[in-house]
Amino acid sequence: MAPAGTLRPVLTRGLLLAGLLAALAFPAVFTLPFPRHVMIMIFLYGALATAWNIIAGYCGQISLGQAVFFGIGAYTSSLLFRDAGMTPWAGMIAGVALAVGVSQVVGYPVFRLRGHYFAIATIAVGEIVQALVVDWDAIGGARGVFVPIRRPDSLVNFQFHQSKAFYYYIALGLLLLALAVTRRIERSRAGYYFRAIREDQDAAAALGVNVRREKLRALAVSAALTAMGGTFYAQYILFIDPESVFPLSLSILICLVAVLGGVGTLWGPVLGAAVLVPLQEGTRVMLGGTGKALDLLIYGALIIAISVFQPGGLMALLARARTAGSAR
Amino acid sequence: MSLLSVAGVTKRFGGVVANREVSFDVAPGELVGVIGPNGAGKSTLFDLVTGFQRPDAGRVSLDGRDVTGLRPDRISHLGVARTFQKLKPFAGMTVLENVMVGAFHATADVAAARATAREVLEAVGLGDRAEMHARGLSTGQRKRLELARALATRPRLLLLDEVTGGVDQASVPGLIRLVRDLHATGLALLVIEHNMRVIMEISQRVVALQLGQVIADGPPAEIVRDRRVIDAYLGETWKA
Repeated sequence: MAPAGTLRPVLTRGLLLAGLLAALAFPAVFTLPFPRHVMIMIFLYGALATAWNIIAGYCGQISLGQAVFFGIGAYTSSLLFRDAGMTPWAGMIAGVALAVGVSQVVGYPVFRLRGHYFAIATIAVGEIVQALVVDWDAIGGARGVFVPIRRPDSLVNFQFHQSKAFYYYIALGLLLLALAVTRRIERSRAGYYFRAIREDQDAAAALGVNVRREKLRALAVSAALTAMGGTFYAQYILFIDPESVFPLSLSILICLVAVLGGVGTLWGPVLGAAVLVPLQEGTRVMLGGTGKALDLLIYGALIIAISVFQPGGLMALLARARTAGSAR
Repeated sequence: MSLLSVAGVTKRFGGVVANREVSFDVAPGELVGVIGPNGAGKSTLFDLVTGFQRPDAGRVSLDGRDVTGLRPDRISHLGVARTFQKLKPFAGMTVLENVMVGAFHATADVAAARATAREVLEAVGLGDRAEMHARGLSTGQRKRLELARALATRPRLLLLDEVTGGVDQASVPGLIRLVRDLHATGLALLVIEHNMRVIMEISQRVVALQLGQVIADGPPAEIVRDRRVIDAYLGETWKA
């Protein structure tokens, strides 16, 4: 047993390094747009699910309103770019600030609610915000916003029409940032406080944890990362409307990705994205518009299977396989 | 001056008066027992002192400072820790991590909190269980864990809601010894306990509640002879 104990961290580190190198080299090997697009979507959804995991997986507050932060990030940078010529990178920071502000204003009253009631309230908030944006003519209303095309490709304008490679690396960077933030939280007092609140918030309060403040912190971090994803999406697709960046279905999808992979674990959301995104993109390509609901049917079946057989998600499945392997 | 002073505290839930003008004090380093039949308002009293409930009337003070209605985490930072009758372990965390949450009271440093937590776990006899998940512990061990978590905040006053309730007989003496050792270190304790032998043995003073009211407050030897306490709670067998 002793060598396994000393070997495992080395193995894990080696595996991570290999994975990172493979991710960096991927665009050099796969030069066609489609495989790159699939990877970009895996990174984006992986980052969004990782952000959700901070508030829901670690802190136990099931937010089903993440699309609010995503949409704020997308709209803020796009409008500042279109109307004020501001680089989307600065717009991203503005979007993060606005999303964090909204998260605190909305979170303060909503965090009075516990469990299912909290989740339901976040759905309501998401629906309200989407309805507001649809009716808000000054920011495009239901017609949405076209991000003005600028040529040639430039990092300042956050637009790359020739190759998806830049988007690829930016999305990878976003995912790595989300993972690094999660790792840092895991290893700090905040991480212990978040998990304590998830397990029993009264016991946490009795031990001196300011429950409301910690929840607001977790939500702020989650909102910030989600808003960054929104800006990325807007610059990648170059068109946003309430139906694409504020829908409840996005909030739910983010949650499903994390649940499938493994809630409250560092790598779970990434794993979930790596399974669900290719499924989504694959059915879209193979079946086109007629297959629109097929990926959702498969998700549904997967989620039922996960909740019945392995509530810990794919991560728990892996952990079980590993213990079974080392027991032999 | 009293460490804890409860003065004329009343708490109603709808038409039910859970605590009616309850008054008593706990001196620094004192061990006070709280007895009374089910529904007498003992746990409500704990909730009022630790900020989980806000009294409708009356005052709770610590070192003479009014703390009535402060949030639980604020009360905790004033040096008051508690356990819950219905145990609340952080089930998905290890025993060590459970205690670290309490140890973060004094430090934001993870290594320092881990060191404090290990120390406290040794002191309550759970040192060898540190890496286990809390959900794997027996009830007696969970009581010790709950105690360890509370102690890791380094309180001046500890409120214990049923030390031996639900624990197998073999574990009782160990828990009692633990409470006594804690008291010997100068910690003040307020202890709810149904086992009369235990409460008479460890308490310096006993407060008896019935229907939300204090019906007796005095040394254990007087309490067991108090007519109202016998009628309300002890029954004739305790009449010496």
